[in-house]
Amino acid sequence: MTLACPTPFHEDEVVLIGHGAGGRLTAELLDTVVLPALGDQSGPLEDAALLPGHPDLVVSTDSFVVSPLFFPGADIGSLAVHGTINDLAMRGAWPLALSVALIVEEGLPLAELRSVIQSLGKAAHAADVPVITGDTKVVGRGAVDKIFINTTGIGRRRGALRLSAALARPGDAVLLSGPIGLHGTTVLSTREGLGFESDIASDSQPLHRLVRALAPLGEHVHTLRDPTRGGLAAALNEIARDSSVAVEIDESCVPVPEAVASACDLLGLDPLIVANEGCMVAFVAPSAADEALATMRSLPEGRNAVRIGEVLTDGPRGRVTLRTLVGARRVVDMPLGEQLPRIC
Amino acid sequence: MKYLDEYRDPALARHLLDELRNTATRPWRIMEVCGGQTHTLVRQGIDELLPAGVRMIHGPGCPVCVTPLETLDRAMAVAARPGVIFTSFGDMLRVPGSDTDMLSLRARGADVRVVYTPMDAVRIAQERPDREVVFLAVGFETTAPANAMAVLHADRLGLTNFSMLVSHVLVPPAMTALLDDPDCEVQAFLAAGHVCAVMGWREYEPIAERYRVPIVITGFEPLDLLEGILMAVDQLEQGRFEVENQYVRAVRRSGNTEAQDAVRMVFRVTDRAWRGIGALPDSGLELAESYRQFDAALRFDVSGLCPTEDPECIAGAILTGARLPTDCTAYGTRCTPRHPLGAPMVSAEGTCAAFHAAGRTKEVSPS
Repeated sequence: MTLACPTPFHEDEVVLIGHGAGGRLTAELLDTVVLPALGDQSGPLEDAALLPGHPDLVVSTDSFVVSPLFFPGADIGSLAVHGTINDLAMRGAWPLALSVALIVEEGLPLAELRSVIQSLGKAAHAADVPVITGDTKVVGRGAVDKIFINTTGIGRRRGALRLSAALARPGDAVLLSGPIGLHGTTVLSTREGLGFESDIASDSQPLHRLVRALAPLGEHVHTLRDPTRGGLAAALNEIARDSSVAVEIDESCVPVPEAVASACDLLGLDPLIVANEGCMVAFVAPSAADEALATMRSLPEGRNAVRIGEVLTDGPRGRVTLRTLVGARRVVDMPLGEQLPRIC
Repeated sequence: MKYLDEYRDPALARHLLDELRNTATRPWRIMEVCGGQTHTLVRQGIDELLPAGVRMIHGPGCPVCVTPLETLDRAMAVAARPGVIFTSFGDMLRVPGSDTDMLSLRARGADVRVVYTPMDAVRIAQERPDREVVFLAVGFETTAPANAMAVLHADRLGLTNFSMLVSHVLVPPAMTALLDDPDCEVQAFLAAGHVCAVMGWREYEPIAERYRVPIVITGFEPLDLLEGILMAVDQLEQGRFEVENQYVRAVRRSGNTEAQDAVRMVFRVTDRAWRGIGALPDSGLELAESYRQFDAALRFDVSGLCPTEDPECIAGAILTGARLPTDCTAYGTRCTPRHPLGAPMVSAEGTCAAFHAAGRTKEVSPS
């Protein structure tokens, strides 16, 4: 017997870039590698977790590795603040404080680091969330791509919002707070120099005030989720799966900005799968849907809110369907991994 | 969003569907050649709205799907070499070769990069004279002009570290090969609008006449396809077999002659193997003699390739329209986008992937 493993090489034994794209590959990695090692995880994986023993405290953590660091509408610093605030907000929590951990590549110009941190601080200040602790590591050139940021947030639930991806119910209206696809197409275009960047900007923004405005609706609001990696398709599939319901949306109601539609058409990408950083989907009891929509529209971050669909009273559980523009129906599947621009 | 809305209008779609129902008096079988059109048909559910009896047959026009396994294996052998920067369009990265795919090679250390045009690959070659930069040049007549321009540009720059692995395919020979098959069910074609934007439609006229088959040059938006289908059905009902142009906003009869000149200068027609279909005479392009110095197949001596298709995969029958993905015993179980057995499950434009993404499970071939 030799030390070399005789087992034939299997492609699943290396991490692929798609394992981090928020779709089916990510779920597979969590289910087969991460969660089994951390002990039993029962119930849905939420954007943020309730702190055991403290029913009103919510914690969330996220790492930001976006390239390039700066792009129209946002940068890695503001994104790191907004992303964690939004994950807390999706559980109905008001953010109390953030921690920030930096991993910086040797050789990064201090001017760039300064800009990132100033933007991060400004975003935290604007959101009225203090950064109370942090950490800084510097690693050798090539060990990270310029700078990676981890933010952890603590939030407190107030009011009667008791949100979970598992609480969507038949009859619920599906509301969307704003247009989709802006963040993903902006970052792609800026990174690759595709020429769309002058027409689009990331939608990165904090959504906690929008969620606070919904708080008076209490238990009528069942589920909130911000469709980041994997886009709207992944978010709706996760909710359909965790709530065991059938979700149907109407393609003509889903707002896709012209520049996003153009970029996606040219590259063969699906706007439903492109990442967002400043919108959310809300599953709301039908009796409260109009009020929720009006409330969302009364705030700047929700001024373009629309109703895009509903939870079917009967239908295949866990499945998301789309009423297409020409009147047919098709399944909106969970994305596999990262989207790949097509050949022609 | 005017340019899109015009071709996605639900009321107009309903109107065209009504027209189709009024026009079609008996069953007709129409093949859309292009994978992009397959994608729109399935994503929009158009094929499910067609009048009873009017059936779309999904053709071989997905460049990712028809790239031969031997080319893929060769590409991966080249990409795995130290010192090589291997460049490709994104959707080629997930196509399975005999043993692996480009994404897995990249995860194991190969320098595989997605580019959006072949000129990006030329630029990389300029920037990295210490590395061999290889571009995988696949696709139909649509991508050939840009690839030809990249070769001409690399030649002008005197680059010695740039090469292409060329596996271009041509549409008209594939159409005639399908029509020559005695079991062919295709009664009319929707020809790919973007291919015709480059090549025009003169090549299609003798095919329509010889095989007495209507050919409608069609765009890619939902209304383009509905109108193209209506025009094809109209011809079939009237017993006409002409080349008609639905895609008037982009296509003229002579095509783009400058693009054609560039292709003629850099490439020459050759026999080509199509994945799942087999060898078709004069159905591909390879680098012309005067540009062979850019041929990666000559520059990199790759030996020991043993391309082996999964025996369960019926890609050939899928690509020729003889079978539907849902007829395949492996569809959706052993063959999924996560673990594709064959190329039609890989590309977003592959028929199997389009069916899978749309949740198709129940259809079976009417035959």
